[in-house]
Amino acid sequence: MPVTWLFLIVLAIALAGYFAGRARVASASGGDRPHSLPNYYGWNVALKALVPALLVLAVWLVAQPFVVSTTVSAQLGEGAVPEGSTIGLVMSDVRRVADGLDAAVEQGLMSASEASGLDAATSNVRDRLAEAGAAIGGSVSPEVLAAAQTWRAMTATGTLMMTAVVLALAIGGAAWGWLQTSAEFRARNSVEGAIRIILLGAACIAILTTLGIVLSLIGNTIQFFRIYPASEFFGSLTWSPSFGGGSQLGIWPLLWGTLYISFIALLVAVPIGLFAAVYLSEYAGPKMRAWAKPLLEVLAGIPTIVYGLFALLTVGPLLLSVFGRDGLGWMQAGTAVMTAGLVMGIMLIPFVSSLSDDIINAVPQSLRDGSYGLGATKSETIKQVILPAALPGIVGAVLLAASRAIGETMIVVLGAGAAARLSLNPFDAMTTVTAKIVSQLTGDADFASPEALVAFALGMTLFVMTLGLNVFALYIVRKYREQYD
Amino acid sequence: MSDATYSGAGKGRSSLTTADARTAKRNAAEKRFRFYGLAAIGAGMFFLVVLLTAIVSNGIGAFQQTFIEVPVYLDEQALDPNGNRDPADMRKVSTFGYNPLIQTALYQQVRDAGIETSYEDAGDMKALLSASAAAEVRDWVLENPGRIGDTVTFELLASSRVDGYLKDRVSRDSIVNDRNIDAGHLDLVDALQADGALHKSFNPGFIFGSDASESRAEQAGLGVSMLGSLFMMLVVLVLALPIGVAASIYLEEFAPKNRITDIIEVNISNLAAVPSIVFGILGLAAFIQFAHLPQSAPLVGGLVLTLMTLPTIIISTRASLKAVPPSIRDAALGVGASKMQATFHHVLPLAMPGILTGTIIGLAQALGETAPLLLIGMVGYIATNYPDGIVSGFMAPNSAMPAQIYEWAKRADPAYYERAWGGIIILLVFLLIMNVIAVVLRRKFERRW
Repeated sequence: MPVTWLFLIVLAIALAGYFAGRARVASASGGDRPHSLPNYYGWNVALKALVPALLVLAVWLVAQPFVVSTTVSAQLGEGAVPEGSTIGLVMSDVRRVADGLDAAVEQGLMSASEASGLDAATSNVRDRLAEAGAAIGGSVSPEVLAAAQTWRAMTATGTLMMTAVVLALAIGGAAWGWLQTSAEFRARNSVEGAIRIILLGAACIAILTTLGIVLSLIGNTIQFFRIYPASEFFGSLTWSPSFGGGSQLGIWPLLWGTLYISFIALLVAVPIGLFAAVYLSEYAGPKMRAWAKPLLEVLAGIPTIVYGLFALLTVGPLLLSVFGRDGLGWMQAGTAVMTAGLVMGIMLIPFVSSLSDDIINAVPQSLRDGSYGLGATKSETIKQVILPAALPGIVGAVLLAASRAIGETMIVVLGAGAAARLSLNPFDAMTTVTAKIVSQLTGDADFASPEALVAFALGMTLFVMTLGLNVFALYIVRKYREQYD
Repeated sequence: MSDATYSGAGKGRSSLTTADARTAKRNAAEKRFRFYGLAAIGAGMFFLVVLLTAIVSNGIGAFQQTFIEVPVYLDEQALDPNGNRDPADMRKVSTFGYNPLIQTALYQQVRDAGIETSYEDAGDMKALLSASAAAEVRDWVLENPGRIGDTVTFELLASSRVDGYLKDRVSRDSIVNDRNIDAGHLDLVDALQADGALHKSFNPGFIFGSDASESRAEQAGLGVSMLGSLFMMLVVLVLALPIGVAASIYLEEFAPKNRITDIIEVNISNLAAVPSIVFGILGLAAFIQFAHLPQSAPLVGGLVLTLMTLPTIIISTRASLKAVPPSIRDAALGVGASKMQATFHHVLPLAMPGILTGTIIGLAQALGETAPLLLIGMVGYIATNYPDGIVSGFMAPNSAMPAQIYEWAKRADPAYYERAWGGIIILLVFLLIMNVIAVVLRRKFERRW
């Protein structure tokens, strides 16, 4: 792996620079006390060698495949794309052939010059690549082979250039830092400035992540709406994807399932969580609090896959035995809105309770004391003073729980069923936005088909919904906190 | 609330020792309310107990498996036709060559034990044994070619139907339409069990083994996907801890109050609430579609989980940095340290226990996360091979513990449900250990200022 080696060489240069810088300041100062501790001079050299070189390396690694593929697809042009295929498919063929050639050269089946001079007309490329363990469907056309050879050539020059530039930067940086080193040079200030920028860079990863999420959702969503009308997506009441084409991809049945399941989950979680929070913060002694609160929070620490399995294998059959054909006859199968909603509600109990607990505790003691002073009992104080005072915060907590419920995946994938339908019966199987994202993206579908791309539009919907709920909830909670701070 | 307008005029208060009707009513309401609270906590506990009971009672069986002891005569004619014990020649005999030997041996054993059976043909014994039995014997023979011609007793896996019969999952009624096994086989199982050749015992293969194909539930294990999870956690630890700590130090100690800082803070609090499946979409689009990293690789899973856990780690690290009193910083600055030195030499070491606790809890969260892994292709891949080395551990397709559990839960054979529950027990044990370490760290090193 040349990149690994390159990385290690840069590290070695930095390490050598560290010791060189330290040694130089010790000898150059000639009796004067240098401005900073010797370590800082070492770090100065090391950072100057390391940071620019690694930055360039990272950017190059991301940019190179991009540049190469743009150039190669421009070279291929429209003419090389056969009927019924797309440029993307041809490009993946090109890449496979190029990888196959690489593998063949590596295994010694082909010499490097032979690989770059290979002619599709004279030799059977496909068989020769198969020897090297590269499976290529269909025969290799001359255009694809030529493109693959350009690809290899460009990648090889690119990698060579990258190595040269990165090494030059590392050595140049080290030399610069080394030359700077003298007793008067303020190494500490320089190093600390650099570290500060590195810290800022780390903090900016959060922005990059958000940006990445938004870009990957928007890019694919736009592509989806280009091949599938947005009016259908937001207007149609049926969801019936068929990978052969002619799918109907209306979002409403999925949204309905999501909201219905979330509603049932909140119906379970909010009363239980709220009463538990009230009891824990107002009635329970320190001893009971010490064991009941962590135990409730265990429910929040259990992974969602466990709840999913619990829904599928325990709660579903249990509900079926009561409401199913042998019982009341309302339920067809174990997977249903009720199953997923109940289990999700259990999962959300600690979420509601610990948030509400914090909020109830933030209500000032003076309000309670005033109420007791007027002769109210504890429950009267809670119902008529504390809860109204805490209401905005509790609403915020419930909204946060709702956003959790909407974004929950594993429980609905395993517990809610797969049929998209608009029904009022909570014992029917329904499906949700998250469950459909999973099913549309885990199949063998082609990424360019509307059936796969719709998942990104669904993801976008989900992201916007949860983000809106969160921002609103945090706004309420913050505003409420300020009220009593 | 006590109504100010209430006037029990005329009645007066008769006695302080006996409650009047209104007081009694209010006291009852008080009691009822208190009971609701207790009931809510009780309900929470009840759900917890039910959940844990379901996990343990359903999953404990996965750690035991049914084995059959069979003395197999390793016939030279069948296993090494050339008689030269050359491994290359012996490899040419596939598992099809071994099956008849094992089945004959089992049939012979049944005969020798004097068990009455209607089966006339050794081939009928196939239903009792796992399909993996022949491969197991073959591997052993290839390693010990010198034993060909001897009779060696093997402890072979029984088929999942037989295993299910011993675990009460399969009964004579449930197999009426089953092509794989007949009621007669179950009679044989009873007899063999009485004879001692067939028994249930602890199955290390479930913990350390690899996944198996859909029809061989008895052979499937969690070992390979455990390694996949381990490699993912390594990626998360190596990336999320330094980045998270660096970001928190910046925000807590150095960030000026300006727009960029505000944007970063808003981003972090929003990322903490983004559904995990959205991170899966990000991983699919950014790491697999755009950067062409290999699908199903623990490296990609680790990157996605890193982005997901970063907000958790940043939030807890900032809390522990905030808990270090300003006097520490002031003292360091006072003796001439720079702000950077004060932070790295004094504040950070004091905040370290809190940071570690937060990191472990973040890791535990990442370990149990499933949804993003589904999108980057960690499901549907059958993790049958251990990675060859460190590099392939990161880059070669693998599964992860929660993804493997999901995969088992989806398979049609109910024998896999038991394994899914068993996998959950192992997963929860890991989470428990991590949380206990976090709690111990906090108890031991946390300082109250």
